Amino acid sequence: MSDTPTALRGQDTTGGGRQSAAASAARRDARLRWLPLLPALVYVALVTQVPFLLTIYYSLFNWNLLRPGKPQFAGVENYATVVTDPSIRTALLNTVVLTVLAVGISVFLGVAIALLLNKEIFGKGILRTLMIGPFLVMPVAAALIWKDTLLNPIFGLVGYLLSPFGLGRVDWVSQYPMATIITIEVWRWTPFMMLIALAGLQSQNLEVLEAAGVDGANALQRLRYITLPFIRPFVELGALLGSLFVVQTFDSIFMTTQGGPGEATTNLPFLLYLVAFQGFDIGKASAIGVVAVLITMIVATLALRTLFTIFQVEARR
Amino acid sequence: MSRPVALTRPRLNGAKVAWSVVAWIIALVFFFPVLWMIVEALKTEPQAASIPPTILFVPTLAEFQEVLSRDFPPFFINSAIATIGSTLLVVLLGLPAAYALAIRPVAKARDVLFFFISTRFLPFAASLVPLYLLARDFQLLDNVFALILIYTTINLPLGVWLLRSFLLELPNELFEAARVDGAGFWTELTSIVLPLITPGLAATSLICLIFSWNEFFYAVNFTSSVAATSPIFLVGFISGRGLFYAKLAAAATLASLPVLAAGWIAQKQLIRGLTMGAVK
Repeated sequence: MSDTPTALRGQDTTGGGRQSAAASAARRDARLRWLPLLPALVYVALVTQVPFLLTIYYSLFNWNLLRPGKPQFAGVENYATVVTDPSIRTALLNTVVLTVLAVGISVFLGVAIALLLNKEIFGKGILRTLMIGPFLVMPVAAALIWKDTLLNPIFGLVGYLLSPFGLGRVDWVSQYPMATIITIEVWRWTPFMMLIALAGLQSQNLEVLEAAGVDGANALQRLRYITLPFIRPFVELGALLGSLFVVQTFDSIFMTTQGGPGEATTNLPFLLYLVAFQGFDIGKASAIGVVAVLITMIVATLALRTLFTIFQVEARR
Repeated sequence: MSRPVALTRPRLNGAKVAWSVVAWIIALVFFFPVLWMIVEALKTEPQAASIPPTILFVPTLAEFQEVLSRDFPPFFINSAIATIGSTLLVVLLGLPAAYALAIRPVAKARDVLFFFISTRFLPFAASLVPLYLLARDFQLLDNVFALILIYTTINLPLGVWLLRSFLLELPNELFEAARVDGAGFWTELTSIVLPLITPGLAATSLICLIFSWNEFFYAVNFTSSVAATSPIFLVGFISGRGLFYAKLAAAATLASLPVLAAGWIAQKQLIRGLTMGAVK
């Protein structure tokens, strides 16, 4: 396509004609290449971008579906409410605490268990199958099982098992609500982290490890200086994807604590649910939405940058 | 200095047994709630809520029958329609898009890819209110069709990424040969891509299945009775204090079963799908 057009054009007009025909064919081809992409692109743009623009628009109005009357333009009033509202600060803090702790602990446990399952042990396949169970169970179902059959102070199994230690009557869900939510999320996301770390471990070159062993590196040194650096990008990928999902935690909170007691476990998604679907405050819910997007964009930009280094996205053809 | 490697050999079996025991204990702790859910579902109501817990009992399918013979099936069917419908849409829209990002890439393939995946991580707060109002105005509240559209939106970015990563693995020569023969988009898609992409389609469908089947936020806010899905059925048990534990467990088991089964059968595709094709 790039065979020196200027030289050709100077000498031969027919050659130049062929050249521009080829160029326009290439342009046509370049445009045609977009065709298979368009339906998906238009769909995603329509269902995500247009509503987001509407969210920004609605956030400038004083509009509650429960109150009669038309929406009234309110400028940045909703944002003023959002910024000064202490329950939003609480929700933001709860979101950070939940995300950091749940992801942090699941990454730690996930890597540890992956290292364990990568050893020579009996029944690896079955162990992995058992381990991914928590990730596959419907989150709403899992939350119910945890709350009612395991953590209930009277009928729960945990209370029964701990009663010899004097912890029998602890009402975990209402006394330690955040710890309960974090426990359920850790239980759910550890298998996810484990799967990714295990995939990393299994792609490791064993000869390097053996060579290090021959050179006198002990097991701990091999882990610290060879294995962990090797699986680091995998773990980072898991942590990033996990964070983006855990930030949106809603199911387990809805099913166990309903955001309470008080606001103890109200995170941003749950607050949004309360404002939008209990209060039907369209303007305020939209403002929260815009703020949430801004926060997510900051986190996601960092996340995506890492993702792209991992994927090494390059045009192959 | 050169530590004899052979020294570790005799201890190997002891170590293997020890590590195996540790691994099994941990795995069983993690699996226990899943197991307990299934065990409770096989009990009668008094057994399920008894303290001390009933360990030895004659398993019964009575609660499963009870749940299935009464109000659960419509919820299950709605879940199936929303899941299958959105998965089909994802493949239908996603495969051509992946083709245009991998086989004959458009000029800005990287930017498009970035755009797709960024929408997956947009918080639902971004579009929730307008989508709700639109659904209300188009009479789509409590309509499975709205869920199909929303789940397609959730899964399409992942679907495009995944399918693209599978398409990139197809050998270049196949397409070069086809192009010499003058094959266009449709010929390539139907005679080369489709026959070879089956594992990719399976992985993509599995991920769509997991996310749509387990989805709760939109389901609980956009449906009420007619279009309610399986997780909404479980909300009915939210305040059960010692009552209906067996029924709760049976419903929870039934609701979780499709994803559990699919995920267990297709573990390899699961890893690849969850990491958007980055980890094989």
